[in-house]
Amino acid sequence: MARTKESPKTTSSLGPAEVRKTYRNMLLARTIDERMWTLNRAGKAPFVIPCRGQEAAQVGWAAGLRPTDYFLPYYRDLGVMVTLGYSARQAFLSLLGKGEDVTSGGRQMPGHYGWPDRHVITGSSPVTTQVLHAVGIAYASHLRGEDTVAATSLGEGSTSQGDFHEAMNWASIYKLPVLFVVENNGYAISSPQSKEMAVQDAAERALGYGMAGVTVDGTDFFACYEATLQAAERARRGDGPTLLEFKMYRLLPHSSDDDDRTYRSREEVEAWKERDPILRMQKHVLDAGVLTAEENEALRAEVQAEVDDAIAYAEAAPYPPVEDMFTHVYAD
Amino acid sequence: MAVRNLIDGIREAMHEEMARDERVVLLGEDVGKRGGVFRASEGLVDAFGEQRVIDAPLGESGIVGVAIGMALNGLVPIAEIQFADFIHPAFNQIVSEAAKIRYRSDNDFHVPMVIRAPFGGGVHGGLYHSQSVEAFFMHVPGLKVVIPSTPADAKGLLKSAIRDEDPVVFFEHKRSYRLVRGEIPDGDVTVPIGKARLVREGKDLSIFAYGLMAFHAEQAAETLAKEGISAEVIDLRTLLPLDREAILASVARTHRALIVHEANHTMGAGAEVAATIAEGALYELDAPIRRLTGPDIPAMPFNTPQEEHFMPNPEKIAQAARELLAL
Ligand SMILES: Cc1ncc(C[n+]2csc(CCOP(=O)(O)OP(=O)(O)O)c2C)c(N)n1
Ligand SMILES: [Mg+2]
Repeated sequence: MARTKESPKTTSSLGPAEVRKTYRNMLLARTIDERMWTLNRAGKAPFVIPCRGQEAAQVGWAAGLRPTDYFLPYYRDLGVMVTLGYSARQAFLSLLGKGEDVTSGGRQMPGHYGWPDRHVITGSSPVTTQVLHAVGIAYASHLRGEDTVAATSLGEGSTSQGDFHEAMNWASIYKLPVLFVVENNGYAISSPQSKEMAVQDAAERALGYGMAGVTVDGTDFFACYEATLQAAERARRGDGPTLLEFKMYRLLPHSSDDDDRTYRSREEVEAWKERDPILRMQKHVLDAGVLTAEENEALRAEVQAEVDDAIAYAEAAPYPPVEDMFTHVYAD
Repeated sequence: MAVRNLIDGIREAMHEEMARDERVVLLGEDVGKRGGVFRASEGLVDAFGEQRVIDAPLGESGIVGVAIGMALNGLVPIAEIQFADFIHPAFNQIVSEAAKIRYRSDNDFHVPMVIRAPFGGGVHGGLYHSQSVEAFFMHVPGLKVVIPSTPADAKGLLKSAIRDEDPVVFFEHKRSYRLVRGEIPDGDVTVPIGKARLVREGKDLSIFAYGLMAFHAEQAAETLAKEGISAEVIDLRTLLPLDREAILASVARTHRALIVHEANHTMGAGAEVAATIAEGALYELDAPIRRLTGPDIPAMPFNTPQEEHFMPNPEKIAQAARELLAL
């Protein structure tokens, strides 16, 4: 089975309009993320789980799939959600637990996505449980002869869970159309990758299951996008699942409750800021002439305005009524 | 004796036991450099090294299963589960293995170990960082289930748990970690497992609770005292084995029983307390037993009003007591 490392991509099948759209999605995810953090620090939002540093990979893998595919993202995947059409308003409604929150009506913590309209399956907090669901979803599609892929994501630390290994085994035995997306940001809270696995690349784990494993630079949108397209094509052809590993860095602490100074150096964090995926994409759009400097500024301002509106909207929005907490325990 | 937080009691117990007995090790997610996500093990890796304070790969079945192996081979592991909500991947290891090893081997093997897990809500943790899962483990002979509600008990009970010859599931209410303060005795003071604590004597009714709810029950009793109602408060401290004697003795004094827990109603720890009273002190009762609990919904919602509605608190406890006395 193939074990590949993807080389950097600077071009792709995407036209300028699509590249602009992609860049906007990355910017929107980043801006929402930054403002969520600010709200938390101002005591207005109890909990934030940041995506900062992972936007290229998230927007990349989501853009590489079709609306008919199934998505089982994990808590950091704001970039995936934005690519699927999740608005800034929705993000802040969820952050503040407001009734209009599309993911759970204010029931779940932020970052616990679910959106039936866009084939995003509801997720929980215990890590890696969704990976098995992706296998079952792919099995059902396959049984009905449908042309859809089930894509699920998780952190590299979460590949230590037994569920992950059971899922890869299932998917490869039945050659199911599953994409296992490992967003490798180097840490599981404080645990560096070396304490989660004895291999260099999480994608090496695919070998033991007889399936394809691909390691990609997760700060390179185009590489992530192209690798996803190829994996999805392989899955649709009936050639089975792929473990896609996107390597990058978690630029912020694990969550708003974490303090990463206790376990990693500032020098390390600063060095990775040089490889910020947003800067990389910005450089590309400017160099390639997708946007002029003025257009870039205008786009950034537009995104900021969208987020300002979203915060005001979400802050003013009502909580769900208390009595709603008793609904939907069962069908009746 | 200085006034300290509950979590200080946890940390001190682990520190002193690791210093006293080199067989004691700690394993769990982020317990090393990070000192645990709640800082319960802060400083332990510096004191005892990475070989005894072990950052585990992310997997609870692994943590508990490996701890069982360690216990079978001469170590005394403390396995930390980062949140009680994430203990379920280890359920098989706890229930099929840890709880049954002594019995199934006709006493040839046993596993002295502690499984620590922060539980409970009121911290905007949503469905999966708020649960109270103690009842699942209360149903398993072979385990002991302990829940401290004061800093002193946190230390004394955890020391006892570490020294116990059998597996102890030790739940710590995460909201109480820094909310509940009190004096912690210096040095080697243990608190026995299996004994409830008489928090406050009273004559009009008994309030049975544990964890954060024992703290809230005490606050409720103070409010009630100002209204001329004398509430006795019993902190159960150990749910398995349950201190049935203390429960029955209290009911014999007050003739009314209010049981409080945050876990949902049906088949919660309160059901066992109520059954104990019904079996052993039915004719002592002047009113039906009352349970004040979390509602029977799958878990605690994240949004503020619904979370508040879910949680019992001192006001709700005082109100339930008044209603019980009006019967
Ligand atoms: C079963 C389970 N155990 C523990 C946790 C607590 N926890 C949440 S995220 C996390 C680390 C995950 O690391 P990784 O998989 O690398 O993803 P990242 O957060 O780095 O994106 C842990 C231990 C959990 N959510 N679920
Ligand atoms: Mg990670």
